[in-house]
Amino acid sequence: MSVIALLAQVLRIAVPYLFAAGGGVLAERSGIVSLGLEGFMLSGAFCAAVGDYYSGSAWVGLLCGILGGLLFGLLHAVATIRYRADQVVVGIAINLLVIGLTRFFLRLAFDSSSNSPRIAGFEGGGPLSGWLAGAGPMIPLGLLVIPAVAWLVYRTPFGLRLRAVGEHPAAADSLGVPVARVRYVAVALSGALAAMGGVYLALDQHQFTDQMTAGRGYIALAAIIFGRWNPLRAGVACLLFAGAETLQIQMQGTQAIPSQFVSMIPYLLTIVALAGVVGRANPPAALGKAE
Amino acid sequence: MSDLSNATPAPLGGAASGTPAVEMDGIVKTFGPVTANAGATLSVGAGEIHALVGENGAGKSTLMRVLGGGFAPDAGTVRVLGRDVTGWSTQDAIRAGVGIVHQHFMLVPTLTVAENVVLGSEPRRGLQLDGRRALDEVRALSERSGLRVPADRTVAELSVGEAQRVEILKTLYRGARILVLDEPTAVLSPPEVEELWTVLRRMRGEGATIVIITHKLDEVMAISDRITVMRHGRTVERLATADTTPTEIARAMVGRDVVLPSFTSDAVKAAGEGALQVRDLTVRDARGVTVVDSVSFDVAPGEILGIAGVEGNGQTELLEALAGLRAAVGGVVRIDGRDVGGTSVRRRADAGLSHIPEDRHRRGLILDYSVADNLVLGQQHHFARRGVMDRAAVARNAAEKVAAFDIRPPSAALPARALSGGNQQKIVIAREMGRDFRVLLAAQPTRGVDVGAIEFIHGQLREARAAGKAVLLVSADLQEVLALADRVAVMYGGRFVAVLPRAAASEEVLGRYMTGAQPRNDA
Repeated sequence: MSVIALLAQVLRIAVPYLFAAGGGVLAERSGIVSLGLEGFMLSGAFCAAVGDYYSGSAWVGLLCGILGGLLFGLLHAVATIRYRADQVVVGIAINLLVIGLTRFFLRLAFDSSSNSPRIAGFEGGGPLSGWLAGAGPMIPLGLLVIPAVAWLVYRTPFGLRLRAVGEHPAAADSLGVPVARVRYVAVALSGALAAMGGVYLALDQHQFTDQMTAGRGYIALAAIIFGRWNPLRAGVACLLFAGAETLQIQMQGTQAIPSQFVSMIPYLLTIVALAGVVGRANPPAALGKAE
Repeated sequence: MSDLSNATPAPLGGAASGTPAVEMDGIVKTFGPVTANAGATLSVGAGEIHALVGENGAGKSTLMRVLGGGFAPDAGTVRVLGRDVTGWSTQDAIRAGVGIVHQHFMLVPTLTVAENVVLGSEPRRGLQLDGRRALDEVRALSERSGLRVPADRTVAELSVGEAQRVEILKTLYRGARILVLDEPTAVLSPPEVEELWTVLRRMRGEGATIVIITHKLDEVMAISDRITVMRHGRTVERLATADTTPTEIARAMVGRDVVLPSFTSDAVKAAGEGALQVRDLTVRDARGVTVVDSVSFDVAPGEILGIAGVEGNGQTELLEALAGLRAAVGGVVRIDGRDVGGTSVRRRADAGLSHIPEDRHRRGLILDYSVADNLVLGQQHHFARRGVMDRAAVARNAAEKVAAFDIRPPSAALPARALSGGNQQKIVIAREMGRDFRVLLAAQPTRGVDVGAIEFIHGQLREARAAGKAVLLVSADLQEVLALADRVAVMYGGRFVAVLPRAAASEEVLGRYMTGAQPRNDA
């Protein structure tokens, strides 16, 4: 396998992580724990499949996926911000709810318990069309998400407010910054962005399958923590984790190391990062606290 | 917003006609069953420095939150420069030039000074935040107002004095003409307090109106033009500073005569060797920085040794190390001649050590436990039979202590949370001082408690001295140290830079040592 093919594989694996991590950074920097990324992704994948199937257009699928993620992002936001529910519990509840709902509607819409019918994907893959066939705009978008989020967080007034709200909401409030509104925007955006990761999965595989996100939302969250809540570092962590996964796939033929060990790498790295070996992890001070 | 001309002197609308800058009338504000303001009134003339005084829980901060748009009042009217603004929002208040400097700093530690100042009113360049301009504007404002701050550093790196200047800059940046400071001197050293007064007088000279909340009467006398006294959510007195005395203000605050703290030398002369002996004690914090640097001292029976110093100079760590809450890296600690170095909190307590911790919520009490249970915390093994709590003994102990220490309301079954700060502190005092002890560590024993409780606690400390106990007192309140201590040590940078007999210690002398201006005196 050529180097380019390997890099293309890393990229294809990384894109869903990049979307979800980009979104998750926004929510977490606003002080809301992003455990629901997995559910946002899965909802995005399913809504994309439905939209794509009935319209025959991948673009409509993308739009539907984004709307689906936005909806669950808002649900998460209402529960945690308006009703101050425990953020971890709400995140897990959303993940379980989306699994159940997608199964239910999979049966209802497509009369299947496992997967949707074949759906259209994007045409072409840009300059690397051979290696990235069928990805359409998703790979360039995925690569843009991280710099765009970094720009938003560090270079705009909204970003300054977002960081202030996540660190010291009372201080932001005393200056007239609408804390709840900033968080709503951040969590809704995180839903929409993470959903785009799910959309990519569905379009890439030309179908929706039950629980097709398979824990990718959690890996994205691990990347955020590994990147110490800095979007650029989180992006690098996504690429690193995707690299480890590529390695694992490549090693499946060999007997040297059981591939399961390689697939543990992202989680081990995250534990190492959390233990402070890679430098102190400084989560946003207000993260997870009901104000 | 970011228009700097707002921050420069400008004629005040309404000032000429004598309209008060702030007029609050009949303000009522309740939180559930608690009434914070019960018809409070406040009238502040334009261009004056107005002191709002009262005991803790008198409703001063709530009244100011109502003024600043943080709370809408349940009843009453708020007028600013003659305009009815009742129930306005924080943003409205900021826009109208009302700036509040909160008691607990409202700063984001991870952001820079400039970012903190512009937050919510950011200068923009297109869609982006104009960081360059924010920095320039904050520097210019800092220059012009005399509030010196490093604009490009993060707030986490600042001293408390600098942090407070940032708070004031924040209000000036928004064009504040009416400035409210909530207990601004609580964390400042005497020279920093003087500097603050200079800045405030300068602002008054430029036409700003200032309301300062405090319960330190010497500050009221030093800085204010007029005084409003609050008690139990009501305004009870309005005074002109020039025509009143601290005693009169204190009487209005408490509603009866109080003995203001002053030094009484009823000390039993310190005899024998130190009941508490500390030699070369060294403590490092979690980052490995030396925070207590080879400190040695003795406290004799019948003596109060006061430690003065700006917070954060190692006092907290020193006391935690003595109490056994924090490991020391070196040195010896003896209680009544017995080496207790490296032993547990309980061992030290059994050796005769009592400890009133500086943060009663974190260390002193379990707020959701009943008063009775809090009264045996740490002593529970003395109230147990074969490993089972003896509830009858706990109840007897509670009834005794509640009566002896006048804990109110006198109901030991209530959770500690339900009591006022002063009464919560009395629980800690009752537990630590109501048993047989030789050495008492008292850290900020009167922090956040009202004048009545302060009187009581000071009385307890004096009684302990009279009974031949050794007392180590740490207080951020210089007056408290001067009122109680027989000797005063000053801590700066983790070391004792001076140990003075009470007669040689004055605020001026201590102030110089506290800021490190006076080098260490090894005499």
